[in-house]
Amino acid sequence: MRIATKTSQYVVMTLFAAAFLAPLVWMISASLRPEAQVLSVPPQFLPKDAQWDNYRQIFELIPVFLWNSVKLAGLNVVGILIVASMAGYAFARLRFAGRDFAFIVLLATSIIPGIAYLIPQYIVFRHIGWVDTQYPLWVPKVLTPVFATFLMRQSFLTVPKELEDAGKIDGASTFGIYWRIMLPQTKPALAAIGVFTFLESWNDLFGPLIYINSENLQTLPVALAQFQGEYFTQISLLMCGATVSVVPVIAVFLFAQRYFIQGITMTGMKG
Amino acid sequence: MATLSLTRGRPVAVAGARRERRRQNLVGWLFISPIVVGVVVFQFFPILVSMGASLTSWNGISAPKFVGLQNFRDLFGNDPLFVQTFKNTIYFTLASIPLTIGVGLVLALLCSRPIKGVAFFRTAYFAPYVTNVVAIGFVWFWFFQPDNGVINGMLGQVGISGPQWLSSSSWAMPAVILVSVWQGIGYPMIILLAGLQGLPEEYFESARIDGAGAWARLRYITLPLLTPHFLFLLITQFITSFQVFGLIYVMTKGGPGHSTSVYIFNIYQNAFGFGKVGYASAMAWILFAVIAAVTFLQWRLQKRWVFYT
Repeated sequence: MRIATKTSQYVVMTLFAAAFLAPLVWMISASLRPEAQVLSVPPQFLPKDAQWDNYRQIFELIPVFLWNSVKLAGLNVVGILIVASMAGYAFARLRFAGRDFAFIVLLATSIIPGIAYLIPQYIVFRHIGWVDTQYPLWVPKVLTPVFATFLMRQSFLTVPKELEDAGKIDGASTFGIYWRIMLPQTKPALAAIGVFTFLESWNDLFGPLIYINSENLQTLPVALAQFQGEYFTQISLLMCGATVSVVPVIAVFLFAQRYFIQGITMTGMKG
Repeated sequence: MATLSLTRGRPVAVAGARRERRRQNLVGWLFISPIVVGVVVFQFFPILVSMGASLTSWNGISAPKFVGLQNFRDLFGNDPLFVQTFKNTIYFTLASIPLTIGVGLVLALLCSRPIKGVAFFRTAYFAPYVTNVVAIGFVWFWFFQPDNGVINGMLGQVGISGPQWLSSSSWAMPAVILVSVWQGIGYPMIILLAGLQGLPEEYFESARIDGAGAWARLRYITLPLLTPHFLFLLITQFITSFQVFGLIYVMTKGGPGHSTSVYIFNIYQNAFGFGKVGYASAMAWILFAVIAAVTFLQWRLQKRWVFYT
């Protein structure tokens, strides 16, 4: 490529990168500023003397919300990986009556958008006394991972049959073959689904917003959005909270970028 | 014990095979039982409830009262907010889809060319997509402050006095759209990048030999070959932007006036704010019908413009 083209490409790409990163940089920088300097014209992107004490204050305010977010993300990730990999294994590798029919019915449910379930699920949960508990934020999700099941099935289909046969000859049970022999072969798919599920659960706003009333059960994003005036009287503290809610996501994304993108492009392949 | 008497007297192998098949069926269904139970309990059953509820006047607590199609009649004939939130949603969708896919394509093209540090740029463009909508909403909320916000500060530097943004009923929606595009671009970028990387090199080689310039190669080879990806993006982006909620909730709560109140926000308020569960269910079904119809239409129209190799 000619040097001129290359340079102009760098310039354009850097401008875009600045536009995409500036708000995030501003968020972190605002979280470290004394309150009086948060909104200043022109905007400062680097704080003059960093107020690390802001973070000490925020961690005293949010441990409950942080723990709730971590707990729900953990339950969702582990639960979905177990349920989806079991079903995916059965659909890919076991023979049983009604298998293909069940698979098609499951796939068909994925065309109905979430909005159709939203209100009736809420009513059902209210009837069984689950409103203002955390069950609606993980039980229904863990038990309906249709798309993850589809991905797991694809992944199990690629595992060589010989591995399975060797297990059978050694007298392993079906569950033993699934758990000890087949599952370790699907680590990339498990990682992709795990990263996806973590991000979805961690960033969920709607679920906790409609189901949780008690403050001590609330997750971090909703706590930030709802208790703004009451808790986070300063913008700098609010930005600390926002930063804390973003950092784990960026960390997970950086470490597992490959799997995340793999998960996304797998979705895209269907088109 | 009918089964026992039937199997007795038959060759052992047949009975064994049958027992084995029954065991296999049982094991298979045990493996899929969690998801089967989940889908029946948390999807099929609620869907039935929702269909029924849309025909009732119901607050979700006391006994529902059957009203037939009254909810639908009220929505279409007697509810200005329904019409307005529907229009707002269309406005949001029609503006954000071309912008996300268009800029996403530019970024994908930039990132697909061999250049040092491309991983950094890709990550930068993608970062907003994985971050929390609440955090993003807050940051941009302060950016859009009329007097001491970053946006008007920058506009002021070039001599433009910026609008009131979130407190102006004509500028609040463009502001929300801008943020949503900024956040959402990573997704089409990744899909198109995957598409670009899968294109067969031979086409470009022979075009180059025929003397086609960069622009001609883009126009006549790259874009047609990417049309399946564009179709996929059109369908998925339509479904997600038609259900936008988070940014609206954090940045404007639907205001000022009802200028940024989108359809889902209206459903949310009716169902969980005003306790009009039957009414909100009817709204959900209308949304479902619109999404299904548009998706079907896009699918049918693909023959006209989607190019498969």
